[in-house]
Amino acid sequence: MDAQSITPKERLAIPRQEMLSQDPVVRSHNFQEVNLGYTSELAQKEALRCLQCKDPACIKGCPVNIKIDQFIKLIAEGDFLGAARKIKEDNVLPAVCGRVCPQEDQCEKTCILTKKYKSVAIGNLERFAADYERETGNVELPSVLPPTGKKIAVIGSGPAGLSCANDLVQLGHAVTVFEALHELGGVLMYGIPQFRLPKEIVQAEIEGMKKLGVIFIPNAVAGRSVTVDELLKEEGFDAIFIGVGAGLPWFLGIPGENLLGVYSANEFLTRVNLMKSYQFPDNDTPVFNCKGKNVAVFGGGNTAMDAVRTAKRLGAEHAFIVYRRSEAEMPARLEEVHHAKEEGIEFLMLMNPLEFIGNDEQWLTGAKCLRMELGEPDDSGRRRPVPIKGSEFVLPVDMAVISIGNGSNPLIKQTTPDIEVSKRDTIVVDINTMATSKENVYAGGDIVTGGATVILAMGAGRTAAAAIHEKLMGKKG
Amino acid sequence: MYKIVSAIFLAENIKKIEIEAPRIAKKRKAGQFVMIRVGDTSERVPLTIAGSDPEKGTITLIVQGMGKSTRELNSKEAGDTIHDVVGPLGAPSHIEKFGTAVSIGGGLGAAIAYPTAVALKEAGNYVITINGARSKELVILEEEMKAVSDEAYITTDDGSYGFHGFVTQKLQALIDSGKKIDFVLAIGPIPMMRAVAEVTRPYKIKTVVSLNPIMVDGTGMCGGCRVSVDNQIKFACVDGPEFDAHLVDFKNLSDRNKMYLTEERQSAEAFAHQCNLHKPA
Ligand SMILES: Cc1cc2nc3c(=O)[nH]c(=O)nc-3n(C[C@H](O)[C@H](O)[C@H](O)COP(=O)(O)OP(=O)(O)OC[C@H]3O[C@@H](n4cnc5c(N)ncnc54)[C@H](O)[C@@H]3O)c2cc1C
Ligand SMILES: Cc1cc2nc3c(=O)[nH]c(=O)nc-3n(C[C@H](O)[C@H](O)[C@H](O)COP(=O)(O)OP(=O)(O)OC[C@H]3O[C@@H](n4cnc5c(N)ncnc54)[C@H](O)[C@@H]3O)c2cc1C
Ligand code: SF4
Ligand code: SF4
Ligand code: FES
Repeated sequence: MDAQSITPKERLAIPRQEMLSQDPVVRSHNFQEVNLGYTSELAQKEALRCLQCKDPACIKGCPVNIKIDQFIKLIAEGDFLGAARKIKEDNVLPAVCGRVCPQEDQCEKTCILTKKYKSVAIGNLERFAADYERETGNVELPSVLPPTGKKIAVIGSGPAGLSCANDLVQLGHAVTVFEALHELGGVLMYGIPQFRLPKEIVQAEIEGMKKLGVIFIPNAVAGRSVTVDELLKEEGFDAIFIGVGAGLPWFLGIPGENLLGVYSANEFLTRVNLMKSYQFPDNDTPVFNCKGKNVAVFGGGNTAMDAVRTAKRLGAEHAFIVYRRSEAEMPARLEEVHHAKEEGIEFLMLMNPLEFIGNDEQWLTGAKCLRMELGEPDDSGRRRPVPIKGSEFVLPVDMAVISIGNGSNPLIKQTTPDIEVSKRDTIVVDINTMATSKENVYAGGDIVTGGATVILAMGAGRTAAAAIHEKLMGKKG
Repeated sequence: MYKIVSAIFLAENIKKIEIEAPRIAKKRKAGQFVMIRVGDTSERVPLTIAGSDPEKGTITLIVQGMGKSTRELNSKEAGDTIHDVVGPLGAPSHIEKFGTAVSIGGGLGAAIAYPTAVALKEAGNYVITINGARSKELVILEEEMKAVSDEAYITTDDGSYGFHGFVTQKLQALIDSGKKIDFVLAIGPIPMMRAVAEVTRPYKIKTVVSLNPIMVDGTGMCGGCRVSVDNQIKFACVDGPEFDAHLVDFKNLSDRNKMYLTEERQSAEAFAHQCNLHKPA
């Protein structure tokens, strides 16, 4: 069977190839990556499953419209570097997206095979091509156009800021990225754990951007260290892109939330990922000692899965997901839910926390919860969870992580009042250009949409980069 | 990397450190702080900006060696570098012409209160400072405080210098003397701040304290620094660190600061051990 002579029937006969992964028992005690990826053989075999549709439906499911049929064909033919470069025409962080995109809701959802067979494993293939290029030392720096003399400031080094900076620098602009933390990469560094997205991959991408000429200034908090107006007026930037993410953790607002042992997901994950407290005391930052303890994570998204699997790796005896709806409604990626179950995470569905209970020293000892059942469908057609009267009980836990989402950090809003924000404090933009209400200031990513996805944030960064380029170079868009 | 320009001990275990950080030096206002990370494996630690020289591009920190991070910082000398310094963080002190303003610093709190005392003076207030310490050797910034005060008092717990007693006793004495006090700023150990709040509460004197919860990012992202003020959750690093003393839940703050006692001890012991190994015999 080869890429030239294979018949559609033969293609359909190949089962979807799974990636190799670490054994669940072993991996639930370490922070190394869970998935080990495809071998070249597996990748080529999987690539042969793609029907090479004339009008590929998969592309419409990808927010940045990667030429999926074309890169998969290159993999099938064994041209792995060619495949990586094809992907990079549309996506600067393929090794990241191949790992973390919710493919089942995007490209793989619209793949023609999905209805009758299993979809082509587009994400796995994307990851394979990007890893192959990096691991074989074949990453090629894209060409950079001659300097335009324009200076652009990017605020925030998450996926939105990185993709915007990457496009602008290639167009010949001078780009400076200001990042509040000491480490670059946003949620990719402080939120998503090592076992799902090795930090080395993110750093390799950022090193590439440095080589292209992007200047990164860590430890610079816009709104505090420098304001948007100062960047425009005093530091001579011609345009600004704001990609500061949704970094203001929500709490449940129930009694006992300030007890010792109750964390926001952001704090727990930042301590472990950014500050590497899983290596305490070699790294100085401590985190609750989960060894032999019971941990409950409240929420059902990717963040909740990351937190609960992290607690398990830190030695938790029981690690629970407590979610108020049923499993079908959980917004987390399917693969994460599947991996979490394999690792022994216990799922408590249709359960709502009412109160945290502590001992005399104010350490958490339990979470009083209420059981729910699915009631009548609401306006959106989803069956609403309704409380079951008298079903309260106390779940004994030593640590709790609240993972119910993030609002917008108020720093930019407070210091730049002429940028219009919504009622939820997200920045209002024209979705075609990502332009804000303030002249020459653009925004994108979670600060505009509220907590969303890596690929949407990257798409927004690209849209803004194109619009900024057009505006500064005086072309009509 | 941020260069240390000078580092001198003010008292045993309390060091004044001047660091090159031009952007912060230019921007900072009274009441704001920085987060520093001494080395590549260090914690992020919040420290108040005690002063700055915008022309030279430096900021001054006054640091008390408590556990590993602050002791490691205090082992640095001029010419050494610090991995990360970020700021200025936190909301600046709310400064206005109140009338008579009393600035109270307990122990190291004097260093944190100092820049705000300067700002209160500049705003035209009649400034009284009360600087409390356990004993004479631990009194810091005496001259500096005098220079910005219309009245300056020192109190020591053991009576070895100045007024014998606690800062709250001195404050009560001032109130009893019939002096009209319009504003009180109190910074120091939690029990001291709580005690000051109780002294001023019956007189309804506007009282502000600077809270010191454990912080991670210092930018409002993690919620680890949350404090309960008027029964609402506030993030000290962005909403504070200064809050209305009469609304703060001090008990909760003091409980929460005990979260990592075991780990802090472990780090401190390991650090002490490491220092001993490097001492010349
Ligand atoms: C734990 C977790 C797991 C996730 N898992 C997935 C997943 O599997 N798949 C997926 O697609 N999405 C996932 N997401 C969502 C995804 O990470 C975000 O949608 C995406 O990172 C948003 O990108 P961004 O660039 O808008 O913001 P961010 O990634 O949040 O980056 C913003 C950056 O701006 C910096 N910043 C903030 N304020 C300032 C300021 N004032 N000045 C300077 N810098 C500032 C921040 O420090 C940060 O580095 C996850 C999110 C979390 C928290
Ligand atoms: C906004 C703000 C401004 C501050 N300004 C200064 C300053 O100008 N100079 C200065 O020396 N310190 C200041 N602090 C306190 C300083 O951050 C802590 O002393 C430091 O984090 C302790 O770290 P460590 O590793 O040395 O000690 P740890 O090992 O973390 O702790 C040792 C001891 O210190 C106590 N402790 C821990 N964290 C704190 C804390 N945040 N505040 C008070 N005690 C704590 C512990 O209970 C323990 O007993 C400030 C704190 C905040 C929040
Ligand atoms: S970027 Fe995401 S959505 Fe697009 S093809 Fe890759 S995995 Fe699919
Ligand atoms: S829709 Fe599916 S089968 Fe068709 S080109 Fe895309 S990946 Fe291949
Ligand atoms: S320290 Fe993280 S929110 Fe204040």
